[in-house]
Amino acid sequence: MNSLFMNDLLMNDLLMNNLLMAIPLLPLCSAAILILFQPNERWTRILGVSSVSLAALLALLLNVQVWDEELFIIQASLGEWLSIGTSELASQHAGSLKLSFGLYLDPLSLVMITIICCIGALIHVYSASYMIQDADQCRFFAYLNLFVSSMLILVLADNLVLLYLGWEGVGLCSYLLIGFWYQKTDNNRAANKAFIITRIGDTAMLIGIILLFYQFDTVNIQQIQQQSQVFLQANTAGENQLIALSCLLLFAGAAGKSAQMPLHSWLPDAMAGPTPVSALIHAATMVTAGIYLIARNDALYQLAPQVLMFIAIIGVLTLLLGATSALFQTDLKRILAYSTISQLGYMFLALGVGAASTAIFHLMTHAFFKALLFLSAGALIYCMNHEQDIMKMGGLRKKLPLLALSFAIGCAALASLPMTSGFFSKELILQQVAMAEQPLLWWGALLGALFTALYSGKLFFIIFMGKPGHAPSHKTPAVMGAVLIVLMILALFGGIQPQGILHQFGELTLDSSSGLTLLEHGLPILVPLIGVILAWFLFGQTRGDKPVNRVGLGRFIHSGWGFDTLFSSVFITPFKKLTYLNRHDIIDASFRALETVSYRLHLMFNRLQTGQLRRYSASLILFSILAIAWGVIR
Amino acid sequence: MIEITWILVLSGVLFAIGLFGLLSRRNLLFMLISLEIMLNGVALIFVAASSLHGNVDGQLMYLFILTLAACEVAVGLALVIHIYRQQQDLDVDKLTKLKG
Repeated sequence: MNSLFMNDLLMNDLLMNNLLMAIPLLPLCSAAILILFQPNERWTRILGVSSVSLAALLALLLNVQVWDEELFIIQASLGEWLSIGTSELASQHAGSLKLSFGLYLDPLSLVMITIICCIGALIHVYSASYMIQDADQCRFFAYLNLFVSSMLILVLADNLVLLYLGWEGVGLCSYLLIGFWYQKTDNNRAANKAFIITRIGDTAMLIGIILLFYQFDTVNIQQIQQQSQVFLQANTAGENQLIALSCLLLFAGAAGKSAQMPLHSWLPDAMAGPTPVSALIHAATMVTAGIYLIARNDALYQLAPQVLMFIAIIGVLTLLLGATSALFQTDLKRILAYSTISQLGYMFLALGVGAASTAIFHLMTHAFFKALLFLSAGALIYCMNHEQDIMKMGGLRKKLPLLALSFAIGCAALASLPMTSGFFSKELILQQVAMAEQPLLWWGALLGALFTALYSGKLFFIIFMGKPGHAPSHKTPAVMGAVLIVLMILALFGGIQPQGILHQFGELTLDSSSGLTLLEHGLPILVPLIGVILAWFLFGQTRGDKPVNRVGLGRFIHSGWGFDTLFSSVFITPFKKLTYLNRHDIIDASFRALETVSYRLHLMFNRLQTGQLRRYSASLILFSILAIAWGVIR
Repeated sequence: MIEITWILVLSGVLFAIGLFGLLSRRNLLFMLISLEIMLNGVALIFVAASSLHGNVDGQLMYLFILTLAACEVAVGLALVIHIYRQQQDLDVDKLTKLKG
């Protein structure tokens, strides 16, 4: 793993540098053009889709270029950003900061940009068909492009501050896109919620970055990793609580963006945006940022094993929360949202047990099948005339065969049935957890897998099996169908772990002699099957139309373990009361007092100004006499 | 030669008459006349003091005051005429449009 930082890995190929620079710049330029010039709808679609598609092609080209390399680093710089305290005098002192728009590509970021660009491009193509009736396509594609571009900057940044810039850009775009149909108040509320909750995490993360700068005297990610490794080898980090604290703060940022407990509650509400946006947020961008951040700072986190343990526990809790909540939802998109939360929990669990490459692998397969599920859901909602309640659907497999197939593949991958892409990655995670010898975490993850299979089965069986509900009103448009087919192939056969990240994070011992029992091997394969069979018996024949009465535990789980209620009673209500008490702003009181006193004085002196000439002259004379008298007496 | 005391008394009386007139009359024209009386009362002291000390400065001062008074009356009367034309009235108790 040390060899990662050797300089001879650095590839200084001008072509590759230019390719690397072009990838984030293409969507950025296209977004700028769309915002500034507002071309007509046709050109908007062409520009919006082609910029990201071109970036995807370039990313694939990069993949081909470095195909036979095990480890590589490509660096490029888009120029200086800012420098603080780097004048000639101060340059030798600690605390000087020099930032550039430096891009850094290694196997990890290569996997990330490939996912982002390719899934992003597919979603763009799909959006061009999905949003065809929308009046505001220019704004939509501009935000979408900016979203992809911010995410690319995030994963390519070579220093934490540039990463933070991308991080905030992603947050901004998610806000803009969740509230895209801003005429509805609920959408705005959901957008605000997403923005504010992720902002809580972001603030913690910024403090974490500043703390890291304080300790390492640099914000360059690679230098921080190198120094962490030095610490790790010197074994001096045990007493360094400050590093653990900054790791924890970075994780808070990651938890906000990647919707981990307790900052997860924005994600189900984020379904207010158009469905392609949900797909983009859940599959390619935004929620994967947190996973990437922790995986990128892997060496740093090795210094803080207690924080890693904490991450694993949060991951398990979140995956259980997501999976159980998804089981009780009836809104199609909310089921998928909770399933994303739960799958992200798996990724954090993997990160927590120190298997960053597995987490990234699951991120990749999840991107495939979640994009497939969301885009299928979008097509289904479109075909069903904007009906999102799965209880009103049923028996659709004959009327919408393509969607039935895509949902079947997506749900199978989500439930990690054998031979789908999700199977390989989730298997690997469970294996890693078992090897980390954390039985409680392992059983938690297994229980989550059961629930996952259960709700995946429920989702598919209720919509496509059973007795027919409402009939579809549209056919699936051809473009959407084509995109779905590509994603189906990816979701089925995408379970090949990229070799680059394996090398980067060190080889994992995966032979069966590593001490796993038969139970630990067999159960993860059996559990999804059990879950799906159980789902068939529970939901296979239901006629959905009956109203769902939720009481007690069911209601609690349906509301996502009551986190919204908790937040509203702990934070929002007291804050509202406080603001109501302070509605006349205490600080303003002093200024208002000044105003009141002046006004009173004005009224008093106003009374002297009677307009009576004789009174004026009388007072003039009186005061002249008094003045003379005073002069005489003195 | 009249004693200076009497002249001072006379000028004081003139000033008092003017003052009383200024404060008690409501007609603007009469207030102006009262002002003139007060002015003359003061000017009288200058002349008296000049002859008492054998110094021409006081008489010179009187000439200045006379000129000033003439100017002031010219302006004042013009204003009075204008006010009368505008308001049809010279009662200062009614001319209170400038109150705050």
